[in-house]
Amino acid sequence: MRIVVCVKQVPNPEIAASQYRVDEQARTVAPVAGVQWVMSPFDEQAVEAALRIRDAHPATNITVMSLGPERARTVLKHGLAMGADEGVLLADTAFAGSDGYTTALTLAAAIRKIGNVDLVLTGRQAADRDGGVVGAGIGELLGVPVISFAKEVHIEDGVARVERVLDDGTETVEALLPAVVTVSNELGAPRVPSLRETMRAARKPVAAWSASDLGLAADTVGAAGARRVPERMFIPLKQNRCEFIAGKSPEEQAAGLAQRLREAKLI
Amino acid sequence: MTGAVLVIAETTQGKTAGAAYELLGLARRLADQAGGTVAAALLGSGGDAVAQELIARGADKVFVAEHALLGEYYADAWVPALAGICREAACDAILISHNAVGADLAPRLAFRLGTAVATGCVEVALNAGRLALTRPCYGGNAREVIAFKTVPAIATVRPGCYDVLAADASRRGTVEQVQPEFDASAIRTRIIARKRDAAEGMRLEDAKVIVAGGRGLNGAGGFRALEDLARALGGAVGASRVPCDLGWCPRSWQIGLTGRTVTPELYIAVGISGAGHHMAGCGNAKAIVAVNTDPEAAIFKDARYGIVGDYQKFIPAFISEVQKLQG
Repeated sequence: MRIVVCVKQVPNPEIAASQYRVDEQARTVAPVAGVQWVMSPFDEQAVEAALRIRDAHPATNITVMSLGPERARTVLKHGLAMGADEGVLLADTAFAGSDGYTTALTLAAAIRKIGNVDLVLTGRQAADRDGGVVGAGIGELLGVPVISFAKEVHIEDGVARVERVLDDGTETVEALLPAVVTVSNELGAPRVPSLRETMRAARKPVAAWSASDLGLAADTVGAAGARRVPERMFIPLKQNRCEFIAGKSPEEQAAGLAQRLREAKLI
Repeated sequence: MTGAVLVIAETTQGKTAGAAYELLGLARRLADQAGGTVAAALLGSGGDAVAQELIARGADKVFVAEHALLGEYYADAWVPALAGICREAACDAILISHNAVGADLAPRLAFRLGTAVATGCVEVALNAGRLALTRPCYGGNAREVIAFKTVPAIATVRPGCYDVLAADASRRGTVEQVQPEFDASAIRTRIIARKRDAAEGMRLEDAKVIVAGGRGLNGAGGFRALEDLARALGGAVGASRVPCDLGWCPRSWQIGLTGRTVTPELYIAVGISGAGHHMAGCGNAKAIVAVNTDPEAAIFKDARYGIVGDYQKFIPAFISEVQKLQG
């Protein structure tokens, strides 16, 4: 079985809100210097889902793939250190400024180039744009079924059986492979690379493909092919008008809060 | 933008979810500004009564696709059926509620129609004749405004961002039955089991008061005190992501960027730090009360009232104050 996991490099989403700065010119968020670039957490869980499948089916080959600049090699390295077998970096100046559409277009072309891919895994959304568009787009462009928001992914006899998250519970869905599955945080914690796997990862192959390697014209990818027009990026202002309810005891605080909420007709 | 604004009206058990009325209110406003019309798409069954209700809430035309396979959400049935309606409605914009169904449906519909989608929008406005879509990103820490080069522009809109129009039974509109463009063989996925979390009390989306717990509860037991408070206030209990991931409470309680979006009158956040991804789901509450041991917690920047202290001592005291007020 051949699995491709699409992973995105993002600024560490765990940083405090105060560390976000907006680049008005580029209409993008510019984290302050020193913030690490990491694999988007949902994508890390997608890698984990692939590794769990390989734990059950050892004859499984896992490729981690990322569309991004040269620095995105570090997230491929991380995926390889977690246990993936090979990496593919989709790097080309023409890819810069991709939106959900051109990202899906480029990844789908790369998945076609690999060929005979049984399962494509992605995170449910990237931790930077929070779009949740690319996984569905890859499925639509490849013409294969998509199952979103997976909590568990099992493969048996060419069938993907996925428990997926709903607003008020879960449902179990089956689809014939090939298929695309997007992974949600309910999958659980991804494994931490061992020292041994990290050493081995250094020797695993990482291919680098450009637009022409994928047979894509430069004006169909990146910002040129994008359907999204970024108009503005901003940090919402907080009103910061909190009234702290003082009191010598929890009882006094409780009485103070109850009184204010009653005055405001909130209770 | 002079064509139609199309609202996808999601129904559960033959009834329209309230969020569809919010979308109709928004669509009406956009259409009136642009001189266009409002259309609604109704899938499955439910028939004329629901269609008339959609007209009373602002639709000029309702497309009804009745088919046994559209009764519950299967993307492989809904996407081709809706793609057909979208083409027939000649719409410039498609509005879909941002929930588990909408977040799955909208991107696929966008690719099927050769257009693009903005997910989780908090504002949809007309800017020089073009739709400007505002949405949280970077875990709720930033917001972006985007437009699209292609039509129709698709937006999933977070619940609670727009007011529902009062029903006006004198409004007139047309209802058109359409034949969905798919057959059973197009459905490539099969639902084999469904587990609903035991629904206790009201839906979070309908609650006027929500008491929500976070990592600071330090364990599943903390939710018992929150349930007691919610009961005293006639409200519902929610959570940030950490307690759900740790199994302290059902996942369906999760409020935030990847959970549910709520807009209660009163939101009491207990032991919640106030990270952007949580606030994206509750930031539109009318008033937020934060209870936290850390006076520097980010939640106090969003809160109207703050209690610095141990919730285990504060919540029981607050419950008895509430009961005193209620006599």
